[in-house]
Amino acid sequence: MVSLVIVSHSEKIAKGIKELALQMAPDVKIEIAGGTGDGRIGTDCLNIMNAINNAYSDDGVLILFDLGSALMNSEMALDFMENIDKSKVKIAKCAIVEGAIAGAVEASIGKTIDEILEALESYRINK
Amino acid sequence: MSLNGQQIKQIIFKIAQMIDENKMYLTELDAAIGDGDHGINMSKGFQAVIDKIKDDNGDNIGDMLKKVSMALIANVGGASGPLYGTAFMKAGMWVGNRREISIEDYYNMLLEALNGIKARGRASIGEKTMVDSLEPAINELKVSIDNKFNELECLEKMVNSAKLGMENTKNIVATKGRASYLGERSIGHLDPGAVSCYLILKTIFEEVKKIKG
Ligand SMILES: [Mg+2]
Repeated sequence: MVSLVIVSHSEKIAKGIKELALQMAPDVKIEIAGGTGDGRIGTDCLNIMNAINNAYSDDGVLILFDLGSALMNSEMALDFMENIDKSKVKIAKCAIVEGAIAGAVEASIGKTIDEILEALESYRINK
Repeated sequence: MSLNGQQIKQIIFKIAQMIDENKMYLTELDAAIGDGDHGINMSKGFQAVIDKIKDDNGDNIGDMLKKVSMALIANVGGASGPLYGTAFMKAGMWVGNRREISIEDYYNMLLEALNGIKARGRASIGEKTMVDSLEPAINELKVSIDNKFNELECLEKMVNSAKLGMENTKNIVATKGRASYLGERSIGHLDPGAVSCYLILKTIFEEVKKIKG
């Protein structure tokens, strides 16, 4: 089953989105990387690497992010990771709340990472 | 200009000190059009940089710059972490295990840094970002080197060009980062990243002037 990683500037947002998505799809593995390592608002490349590692399986990992630097740090985290098959980790440029819920539901019914990405196209936003 | 690793390390320490002195200024600039954390984030990052390289003997410039990069990536928190982190990483990769650098090397390192920033941030000139001070500065440096100005003149011209680019960010509508949510209202404000980038280039020039002058 595809797992999710939620990357947000705020730990509370990340936790809340995970909570919402698990309501719909309790069996899906959802890891979060919210805020900086020292509790500030922001994103943290090392937190994101840990979340991806914890979420990783050969079925794939879907990363959802909130604002600009969350994307940059997610891409940088992937650049640094050498112990996983990066072709199985995808970043979705969609609305984070809707994307997380829809993504979790799709994952829970056994869709592949590419099918999930396809399904999330309707929540795509410019970011 | 031929700087060795120890001299580069001292310049990095000066940059950290300068960032700390400008912490409130950079934060105020960011508060006007962003989330008001640029100065604090950069200061945190560069304090971590000092910690990470204080025992480095400077023998391997590339390795030292990679340490700077990792400290920034791990400790800044805002968008400037991955951006400056990428800049120092790319410069470090280019310089490799050279034990000293010439002005031409410096140009090449800056060019690598710029290309890294543009790729990481999907940014180009005219978007009210650090690219607006860095890119014209690098172009000016190239022209000055080609015209055989002496090294300090080259660096001074580069800094002047960075300053013009930085000042021009006032006239640009932000389309990148948090400031983009303000749209037209971002006009009239400097971009904090363009300012910190200018201040870093200026500090490098001033320190090289002290070493060589
Ligand atoms: Mg900021």
